[in-house]
Formats: sequence, C-alpha cells, structure tokens
Amino acid sequence: MILSTSLNSTSYSFIDKLKAVDYFLIIIVAIIGSMSVFSIYSTESGNFSFYTKNHLTRFLIFFFMFLVLSFVRVSFWYRQAYIFYILGILLLLLVIFFGISASGSKRWINFFVMNLQPSELMKIAIIVCFARYYHRIQSSDIQSYKYLLQPIILLLIPCYLVITQPDLGTAILIAGSGLAIIWLAGLNLKYFIYSGLILLVSLPFVISILKPYQKSRILTFFNPDRDPLGAGYQIIQSKIAIGSGGLLGKGFLQGTQSYLEFLPEKHTDFIFTLFSEEFGFVGSMVLILLYALLIYRIIRIGFSSRSFFAKLYCFGFASALFLYIFVNIAMVVGLLPIVGAPLPIMSYGGSSMLSIMLGLGIVMSCKIYSRDSIGN
Amino acid sequence: MIKKIGNLNKNKIISRRLFVLVAAKIGLLGIVTSRLYNLQISQKQKYEVLSDKNRIREWKTPPQRGIITDYFNNVIADNQRVYQVHLSLEEVSNFNNSIFKLKNIISLKEDEIKKIYEKKEKSKPWDTLIISENLSWKEFSKLNLYLHELDGAKPVLSTSRYYPYSNDLVHVVGYVGDATTQDIQNKKKIEENFVPGLKVGKIGIENSKDTDLIGNHGIKRYEVNASGKKISEISYNKETQGENLRTTIDLEVQQLAQELLKNQAGSICVMDIYTGEVITMASSPTYDPNKFTHGISTKDWNEIKNNKLRPLLNKSLAGLYSPGSTIKPLVALAALEYGIIDKKFKVNCKGHDHPYELYGERYHCWKKNGHGLMSMRNAIKQSCDIYFYEVARLLGVDKLSLIAKRYGLGSKVLEDFFSEEKKGIVPSTKWKKQVLEQSWYLGETVITGIGQGYIQTTPLQLCLMTAQLANGGYKIKPNLIYDKEIDLDKIKSKIKSEKNKSVSQNILKDHEFKHYERLYRNPNNLKLVLDAMYGSTNEQFGTSFRSRHKEDKYKFAGKTGTSQVKRITDQDRELDLDLDEIEYKSRDHALFIAFAPYDKPRYSLSVLIEHGGSGSKAAAPLANKLIKKILDRHELREKIRKDLKNIA
Repeated sequence: MILSTSLNSTSYSFIDKLKAVDYFLIIIVAIIGSMSVFSIYSTESGNFSFYTKNHLTRFLIFFFMFLVLSFVRVSFWYRQAYIFYILGILLLLLVIFFGISASGSKRWINFFVMNLQPSELMKIAIIVCFARYYHRIQSSDIQSYKYLLQPIILLLIPCYLVITQPDLGTAILIAGSGLAIIWLAGLNLKYFIYSGLILLVSLPFVISILKPYQKSRILTFFNPDRDPLGAGYQIIQSKIAIGSGGLLGKGFLQGTQSYLEFLPEKHTDFIFTLFSEEFGFVGSMVLILLYALLIYRIIRIGFSSRSFFAKLYCFGFASALFLYIFVNIAMVVGLLPIVGAPLPIMSYGGSSMLSIMLGLGIVMSCKIYSRDSIGN
Repeated sequence: MIKKIGNLNKNKIISRRLFVLVAAKIGLLGIVTSRLYNLQISQKQKYEVLSDKNRIREWKTPPQRGIITDYFNNVIADNQRVYQVHLSLEEVSNFNNSIFKLKNIISLKEDEIKKIYEKKEKSKPWDTLIISENLSWKEFSKLNLYLHELDGAKPVLSTSRYYPYSNDLVHVVGYVGDATTQDIQNKKKIEENFVPGLKVGKIGIENSKDTDLIGNHGIKRYEVNASGKKISEISYNKETQGENLRTTIDLEVQQLAQELLKNQAGSICVMDIYTGEVITMASSPTYDPNKFTHGISTKDWNEIKNNKLRPLLNKSLAGLYSPGSTIKPLVALAALEYGIIDKKFKVNCKGHDHPYELYGERYHCWKKNGHGLMSMRNAIKQSCDIYFYEVARLLGVDKLSLIAKRYGLGSKVLEDFFSEEKKGIVPSTKWKKQVLEQSWYLGETVITGIGQGYIQTTPLQLCLMTAQLANGGYKIKPNLIYDKEIDLDKIKSKIKSEKNKSVSQNILKDHEFKHYERLYRNPNNLKLVLDAMYGSTNEQFGTSFRSRHKEDKYKFAGKTGTSQVKRITDQDRELDLDLDEIEYKSRDHALFIAFAPYDKPRYSLSVLIEHGGSGSKAAAPLANKLIKKILDRHELREKIRKDLKNIA
C-alpha cells in the first residue's frame, strides 16, 4: 500500500491484477520445472533421494516466490534498481572474504538455508540496473561518450569480480546480457563492431591471462581427442550420450551413459545431455520449443508494457535467458567450449533457480502493471 | 512533446533492435537444432556403438581341455579340480599389502612373488590375477578363514590338467603349460581362444592335437560403470570343452614296458601290424608331466635336464641308433628280391683268424671262432656278420637303401604328428654325394650290411619295419589316435586283393607306395626271411633262443641286434671284456625286433636298451614278457575294436 500511494496515479483492483497475469507463461515454467524434477530423479537412477528432494523443494519455493513477486509493483524494481546492483556488487565482494571454495573456485556465501552464489543474482541485477539506466537517457544522448563509458564501467566491475572467482562462464553470461541491453537501448552499431575488433586483437593477451584449466578447456574444445580421459572426457562422453539417444531416446531412467556414471556433472551443467539421451531428438526439440515459447511470452509482455523500463527489462531478460540456454546446450553438444553455465530451471542449483524465478517475477510484474508509465 | 518524440523514437529503435536480436536467436537455434540432428539422427549408429563400448565389457572364461584315454577308455589325461586364489585388481586397495598378507597365509616363494609383480605390470586395472594355481586343501581353508582381511582375493574352484599315470605316458601324451607369445602366434586356435591362464600342449599329443583339445572359451558380457565396476551380467556364451581323444595305446602294456625299462635308458614300441596302431611307445627314463602344469620349479627342471640318461628325449622316435643286426632280415630280403642270392647261397665264416677282407681292410664276425658254412637261414638265425658282408657287397648299397626305405626306414613313421620325430639316415651313394660331398666306398656298403656305419634308425622305425615284414609285405599307416576310418576288415580284404595282383618288374624300382599296397616281388622271399627269424628265436643256436616261449600260442619270431657305439679295435677284440668292465658310454646298444604270434602274426615290437650290451642278453628277454602280455590282451582289444565299430 505504501508503494501504490507514492507512485503514479494508476490503480489496479485485485481482479484486474489476476486477469492480467500471463497464465500461459506460468504453465510453461511449471512444465519445464516438472521436467527438471524428473531429470534430476533420473540422475539418481530413479531414487527419490538427496538431489531430487532438494531440487523439488527449491523449485516449489522459488516458483512460489516468482508468483508472489509478480504482484510487486514494477516501479519498485525501477526505484531499487541501483540498490539491487550495489547489493550484488557487495555480495560479490563478500565472496572474496567469506566465500566458500569448491573445486578450485570461490563462488558461494553460506546463508545457512542455502549457499548463495551472488554471481547468479548479478545476472538479473545487471539487467534491472541497465534498464533503469537507459530508461532516462534521451536517444540522442546515448551515443555520447559519457553515456557510453558509464554502462561499460558498470558492466566491467561485476564481470571482473566474477572472472577472478574464477567463473568464466557466468562472467560471459553477465557480460552478454549487459551487452544485449546496450544494444537494445540503441547504441550505434559501429561501437559493437569496433569493440568486436578490439576483442579479436586482444585475444592472444586474454588467452595468456587465462587459468591453465580454462586454456585446456578451450584447446580441448577444438580437439576433444587431445586428452580423451582428461579435459576432453566430458565433451566426448556428452556427445556419446546425446548421439546414442537417437530419435526417441533410450527412455526414462534408461540412459546408460548417466546411469553408469560416464557423464560428469550430470545434474548441473550436463542435465540437457541426460535429458537428450533418455528422450532423444524429439524430446530435446520439445524442451527447446518450450524455452522458445517462454522467451516469446516474455517478449510479448515487453511489447505490451507502456514504460521503456519494462520494455527494456523484458527484452533484456528474454535475450539473457536465450543466451543462458544457448550457451549451455551449445556447450554440451560440443559447439562451444565447456564453461560452467547451467541450463535455466533444468539444472540443479539453488542460486540459478533463484535468479531465474526472480527475473521471471519481475517480468510478470511488468505484465500485471503494464499500464504503469514510470516516472522520468 | 520533445520527450514524447524521444520516447517514440526510443520505442522504434528498441523494436528494430529486438527484431535483429530475435533473428540472431533464431539463427543460433537453427545451429543447435542441426547439431542435435547431426548427433542424434545422422551419427546415431556411431554413438550407439561408442556407448555400448563404454558400458559393456567382456570377460573370457577358460575352456576345459578334452580328455585323453587309452584304447580301453582308461583316462590318461584328466581334468582335476584345483583350488586357486585369484586377486581382482579393481577391488584391491593396496596391492603390496594384499600380497604381503597372502604370502603369510599361502606360503608364496620369493620367485613366485616376483612373477606375480611381473604379471601385474602387464594387466589392466580391471583384470584378475591368478596368485596361486594349485593350493593345498589346508592352504585353501586357511585362506577362506582370513578372507575378510583380504580385499579383492577370491578363492576359486577351477580345473587343471592331471595325468593319473604320471611317468608312464609322458612321452606319448606330453604335458601342458602356460601359453607363450610364440604358442599364441603359431596356432590360430590358441589365439582365438586365449584367456589369461590358458594351458596349451607343449609336447606329445597335448601339443599335436591342441587344436582339438583346447575347446572354445566362453564370453561373459557385463555392464560396467565408468570406474569399471561390474553392474550386471548381460550375456554368457558358455565355454565348450575340447574334444575327447581315444589313443591306440594299451595302458597295461605301456606300463609293463616302462616297468621293464626301469633304471635303464631305452625304448619299447609295439604296433598292430595291420592297422598300424601304436600300442605302446615307451621311453626311459621318464619324468612327471604333472610338474609342468603349474610351472615347474627350477630344482625339478634341473634334475630332469641334467639327468645323463636324457629323460626329455623321446627315444622311440627321436633317438637315433645304428640298427645293428636287426637289419639283417631286410638285407637278406633285398638280395632275394633282386635275385642276387637264393636260399642256397652260402658263405664260410672262419673266425677271427680269417676275417672278411676287402681292399686290405679287415671285417670281423662277432663270433670269435666263426660260424662255419652259413646259408641264409642260418646266417639270420645265428646272426653271422661275414655272410652279410658278402651279401651286402653283392647287393650294393643303393638297392639295399631302396628296400630299407620301402619298409619304413629313413622317414618319419608318424609323419608330422610329433615335431620331435627324426627321420634317421638310410645311406646311398647319392646321399653321400649330396650330404657329405664324398664318393661312396665299398667298405661302407659292407658294414651297412650289418646295420653299422652311416645308417641311423629310430626304434619306432624298426618296429614299423618288422610290422611290414610280418604282415607279408604291405605298407601300413601307423597311428596313435583312434581313427574309425582305419578298419581291420577293410585292410585285410585290401591286402588279399593286393596279394593276387600281378606285379610288373617295376616293383623293384624306386617309387611311392600307397597304404596297404604290396611292397614285394615274390611272396616266397618274405616267407624265407620270416622263417629264418622263427629259427632265430625258437631253434637251438638262434640268438634269442633263450627268450623264446614254449607255449604255442605265445610263440614269436625275432632278431637280435647289437649296435656298436665305437669302433672295435684289434686290441679290444683281444681283451674280450665283460660288460661290467667297459665304461657305460662305450657299451653297445642292445636291440631286438619281433613279431607274434608266429603262426598268425598280429603284433610287432622293437626293444632298445642304450648301452645295454648284447641284444640277446639285454633286449630279447624283455620281449618275452611283453609278448605274453600283449597276446593275453588281444581278445579284449578285439572286443573293443568291434564295439567301437558298431558305435560308428
């Protein structure tokens, strides 16, 4: 109630709000969510134990959170956008000092109920922050150096913090979603071309500062047989699993590659591999179609929103979501090097689930409060 | 207003930019889809194979060897239950520790442990190592008691080769041992059915018939996980046991022969003169083939290897000896066949004072006082050397060589069945020219006439020669493995038809003979020779007279032989030493050939005692005992023959 009084005049009755909800989107999320629970169940060879229980609980809690957040007025996110960003940065800094290390990288903070991965939150924070940033800028000013430099700095800080964890995958995803919004906001094409060229030129330098394991992953990507039992193992086994799935797959709980533990990290980054092995080409296409529908619904909400903030957010989030999905699938089918990147909703992992549901919550609030035109 | 235009402008830009972005997304989605299509539809088969290769691992199970029996179905090579301990490497946490613990329980020797470590180097992490192949029951039960402390150790009940009549048949049956790289390369069957720990035949029938005996290994297919742990059995192609083999050997006669040869070096061979079945092939001294099954110890091996009487040599077919006087019936036959002499031809043997002389060289008879005027029958009966010097000279070595080869000398009796069998030497002028690149001397012909000089034969060849004389002069097919194609009745009728065949003059020229074809020109010549051999055994002054059987049914005919190891000098002749006074290595070899029963011959035999002295004293008496045994078992053998024929 405090929110509504302090904001713009438009008022909504509860019925209006319920009517405005995009139920189709909720159903898609629920379907993908249940598919993910079955997939995790399959990684445990059909035992309803630790991972499945955890994953199901998290999905239910965060799905509920998504529904609740839908009713938070979109102007709240507008106003708190920078706070959200700063909070994300602070959490990332906290990781440096109080983080938990696992398999050579420090990414998590212990919050008792769960280990939070701030870099996952940062994925959403950067979108919200940039949506607000560009909301206010005149299209004619966007090309000026001031407004060019500011967002780049805003983007580089979290990227740097995440890379040093080290977590190249998430950093790429953050950078990718940030760039997508900058692109959507209307920054001249020439800047993208220039920076692309600069990146290309500086590539040797970038490679030289990469960690040895990151280098080996990239080299392995170009030739997985270079080290079939070491770095190339994951790609080879993943391709074998997917390929042997064939048109219709080996059937639910019948994936031998994952059941016999040839697949690495099958509940997190390689969940698509398991799904594809068991449900084949047809199953994979269905899943990809569901993701496409989800993205389509988000873009549709963006179009129907009155405020530029909401538009930019929805388009930005849709692009980011696409990027997460693409990077993950391209990675497991051997089109991209292995850089830790979870598949939204499907992969086991609380922080990733939290950030996606948070992102979707904001999308839904854009839908419900689509008539809001946020202050200038 | 300005702001509104700006916003409108911004909205237009964002829509346009979004359109580009969506187009890009669709493009990327297309790439991912086509990649999935490529992996799951186009290359499905390839990845399916890879997936199966990942998850399915094969374990081979060893086949059981076929059983070998004698003619009477007594098992002479068996499979015996053994207690073993295997170590499954994937379940072992600390290999050194496990071996140390095992060492205390089952008493492993240092060299055995060294071998285990060598084997471990070569194995894969999921292989199973055989730690000990043959545990005693005591060790095995102790092992079971401590099993909970030994991770990965598995007590296993397995089978291994066992020879119940150990020493008696080693030269016939042979023994088995671990397959070497060479064995695997040489025999396809071994390569195809190789399993770690597979035993293969090293010598004897075990080696010759390996291909039949080995059987086929089984395959157990297991689903395994990424760390190689067995998850479930998918399929099991059961192994098949190798073929069982029936040999032609008579275990009882073989055992008697080995018994008779005990503590001496020598050989005894017995053959069916029609079917060519080798009934006994004894060689002495022997050794225990069971010692080789699980790898022989260095001590045992050295003991066998360093024995001066050479147990490893199969004397029956790889020992070469001058035939001595046992060749005389053949020399006489050759001379009769070529018409060089007739039965009335006589030579005077006048003793050591008047030796046989040729170009200044002197040749003595073994009998100091001489035999007097000798006819062919008497010369064979009393084994007069002077007579055969003269006959050989008249005959010529080439004709002798031709007939000797025809009756089985100078070629392998069992063809290539045993790799160690030797051909021996039947000398001729051509042979000497080719091999020694020298011309033949007439003096060499003369001593060939009494089986000395270049001529070298194996005891089995002498046995075959006797068989082919005794059966009336027909070529037979010697064999060691029961073969239903070799049928006595068919052979007899074939011989009958051969007998009535008219022969051309060509029969005395060199040519190849088929099995059961007649080898002689005139049947009377053979009868004369066989009758002379009868005299040799059954009449007074015959060289084997003391070894005769008086009972009609055991009556046999034979010929003694004493083969010189070194040249006898005039001084030796002067001294006329007793056997005990001569150094072992210089003593003569004692030989005897015989066939029995005389009136209806069926079996031939040859006896050889290395450095045994004279044939009549050392070799012929053994034949007496053997022949009784062989003939006593004749009826039983014929009964088995009929039974086997009926089954077939």
